[in-house]
Amino acid sequence: MVSRRLFTKTTAGAAAGMILTACGPKRLYEAPKDKLKARIAEMERKYKEEYAKQINVSGAGPMPGVHFAYALDISRCIGCRRCVYSCVAENNQSRDPQIHWIRVFEMEKEKGVDFSHADPYYNRAEVPDENHFYIPVACQQCENPPCTKVCPTGATWAEKDGIVVIDYDWCIGCRYCMAACPYGARHFNWTQPSIPENEINPNTHYLGNRPRPKGVVEKCTFCIQRARNGRYPACVEVCPVGARKFGNLLDADSEIRYIIEHKRVLVLKEELNTVPRFFYFYAT
Amino acid sequence: MPRSALGFVLVLPAIALLASDGTQRTAAPTNSSEHLEVPPPPFSDGIFPCSNCHAGMTPDRHRRELTAMHTDIVLKHDEAHRWCLDCHDADNRDVLHLADGERVPFDESYRLCGQCHGEKYRDWRAGVHGRRTGNWNGAKTYLLCVNCHNPHQPRFHALAPKPAPRPPSRVLK
Amino acid sequence: MPLETIDSIRLFSGFTRGSLRLILRGNRAYWMWLAFLGVLIASGVLAYSRQVRFGLGLTAMRDQVSWGFYIGNFTFLVGVAAAAVVLVIPAYIYNWKPIREIVIYGELLAISAITMCLMFVLVDIGRPDRFWHLIPPFGFLNFPRSILAWDVMVLNLYFLVNFAVATHILYRAFHGRHYIRKLVVPLVLLSVPMAVGIHTVTAFLYNGLAARPYWNSSILAPQFLASAFCSGPAILLVVLQLLRRFTRFEIQDAAISKIAELMAYAMFLNLFLHGAEVFKEFYSNTQHLLFTRYWYFGVGGHHTLVPYAWSAVALNLIAFALFISPKTRANIITLNIGCLATYAGVYIEKGMGLIIPGLTPDTLGEIYEYYPTVTELRVAAGIFAVGFLLFTLMLKVAVPISLGEFMGKKESAAAEHGELAHAAR
Repeated sequence: MVSRRLFTKTTAGAAAGMILTACGPKRLYEAPKDKLKARIAEMERKYKEEYAKQINVSGAGPMPGVHFAYALDISRCIGCRRCVYSCVAENNQSRDPQIHWIRVFEMEKEKGVDFSHADPYYNRAEVPDENHFYIPVACQQCENPPCTKVCPTGATWAEKDGIVVIDYDWCIGCRYCMAACPYGARHFNWTQPSIPENEINPNTHYLGNRPRPKGVVEKCTFCIQRARNGRYPACVEVCPVGARKFGNLLDADSEIRYIIEHKRVLVLKEELNTVPRFFYFYAT
Repeated sequence: MPRSALGFVLVLPAIALLASDGTQRTAAPTNSSEHLEVPPPPFSDGIFPCSNCHAGMTPDRHRRELTAMHTDIVLKHDEAHRWCLDCHDADNRDVLHLADGERVPFDESYRLCGQCHGEKYRDWRAGVHGRRTGNWNGAKTYLLCVNCHNPHQPRFHALAPKPAPRPPSRVLK
Repeated sequence: MPLETIDSIRLFSGFTRGSLRLILRGNRAYWMWLAFLGVLIASGVLAYSRQVRFGLGLTAMRDQVSWGFYIGNFTFLVGVAAAAVVLVIPAYIYNWKPIREIVIYGELLAISAITMCLMFVLVDIGRPDRFWHLIPPFGFLNFPRSILAWDVMVLNLYFLVNFAVATHILYRAFHGRHYIRKLVVPLVLLSVPMAVGIHTVTAFLYNGLAARPYWNSSILAPQFLASAFCSGPAILLVVLQLLRRFTRFEIQDAAISKIAELMAYAMFLNLFLHGAEVFKEFYSNTQHLLFTRYWYFGVGGHHTLVPYAWSAVALNLIAFALFISPKTRANIITLNIGCLATYAGVYIEKGMGLIIPGLTPDTLGEIYEYYPTVTELRVAAGIFAVGFLLFTLMLKVAVPISLGEFMGKKESAAAEHGELAHAAR
């Protein structure tokens, strides 16, 4: 038999829980516009405290009629790694411990695209080496992403414009998404990330390059802070040989569509049916 | 100018019609009379206008290796078959000339490159060859071929790569 | 307050006080055991607090091998928890009386194992402060898409079922009363498919990842079950023999032999499925062979795991040989060697032997050789100590109850010679 007092206590507790849940933090995925604004303002306030400088967090949503895609010309890439470091600078990646969202693999021309004989640690005096070619790999922004379906808390999802994003405030760091990604595109903050004060990029996006905390997963977001503003990602702009192309797949006149329609295009691990939106092509 | 602008205006609807047809897809417009916005050609200091020196000289059309001037230019661009005056106009050094003799200014040098490198020219017009800055959904810049490729030695030199990533280690920091 | 509530509270506090007295009373061996566990727990707590402060970088896990020792132990222990069902099937489904009395100990083992599983998950996630993100309505559970969400649900459900049944039976016995058949039997029968369920879901965690060819194999789920059904009872057999030695607890030799025999069949299935995997990889000889090859032979100068691979094979074969023959089952020495061999063999092949080869080489061909750091070992030892402590304390109360030695004041006069043995039937 349950006493009246016990009953009232339990109900009151449940009600308190419901109220707390309603007001409490939830994942950014379902945040309505006004709540999102408040959360972003809160982020900016916290960053100001922590980094003693103004960090702008953009809340830009996906543009209608846009689905981003990327194309990389492996007949042109020389493996200079300038994309890697421009990405690091643009996206506030930790310098120590070192996190790189882009990894450039040196492969033998004889063996072709074969990751079991690829080397990301090449250290030549000059590139390209005549017997090798280079394939940079980062998040492929799949249309059928294996990472988003395994996340137990729903902290990662694909946005309407095709970018797969992570809610850094909701991720619990279980790293199941890292096990699920076939491209090694996701990276974990194994300890507190550190960026030198003067190298922080203050133009950030709440789902992109804003400084991340310890214990969460991060990855390439097609420079969401730039792309949703009409700009090219940092890696596209810095590539000295123009091997990187970016644009809107739904725009028939875009460079991306031109490449898909006129060039020999391939995707990595096609048999896994992830439907990447990152295409590799041979321009010649 | 107005005539070419008119031509441009007439060409666009034609292309739109063709594109919507679905059977024939044209690439970016290749109307040669269209003038593209490009950065200024990367002349060496003081070298242009060439007529400063060449206006008073008689052109020597004999194919030879230059010894008096421009000795710093080593031609490595089909040098077995071509030499300076195949691209530079003999009578007016301030312009280049196409294979049929038509003169093109230096800021349209892409038309000259495109005569031999047709595929690259077509790709460049579509925005697929070479570097581009600007907006993916708006104004983009074109760079001249010569902004990246030295016209006399077009092949890129090798670069020193940036440092390799740190391999994972049991000691994190 | 109504009379029944006061009575319930009084009885419950009597039970609590009595339990405390039982727990605090023991011989030297008992206290040394508790002290040993206490040291391990303290060490684990200290190591974990360092890990919380610095981050998971104190482990040897890196981007290339992002799961390691903690998740390996978690996987192994889910198997142990599922193995309680090995006892339930003959006891209730085949109505084999000698095992009936010891089903409860299987359930207590399951409770301890699940507790350890949950702790291993907690120490493995990067943001333990955000654990509540998994719990609706406070958080969001990505059910049914995420298999990890399924795992959270079924593990907790299995824990609750076992907890409810075990505490119900023991508490009723404490009062000299029979458990409610209508409540217990369906729950116990339910725990059979649930046990299969928790380990299948855990297998599917790995099975469903197309990115990891070593795991993306259909036989992973049956193989998990087979290895679970030999490893779990191994612990139980040792515990039951200890109970028989140190308390008035009685268990027939036939029951022990039967359990060992069932373990032998499970081990055979385990070896068969491993063999099938090995055949498929080596005969088809595709690029996916690389992972199996890394485990058994090493790749390109990286050989860290090879000794473990062959030790696991040897231990499993020894265990199978010892358990399949009735003679060696009957001999107390070979029986216990077999138990140890099973436990160790399955621990290796299911813990490190599952996780690490699945992640090495990584998706882009890189080999980073993972083996746990001291921090990971200390934390894991601490968690095992918590589990063993929990199991010890629960047994300290449960055994006297089932022997009729620990009862509520009113009923102790009535229950003389293990009347409970009849009640528990």
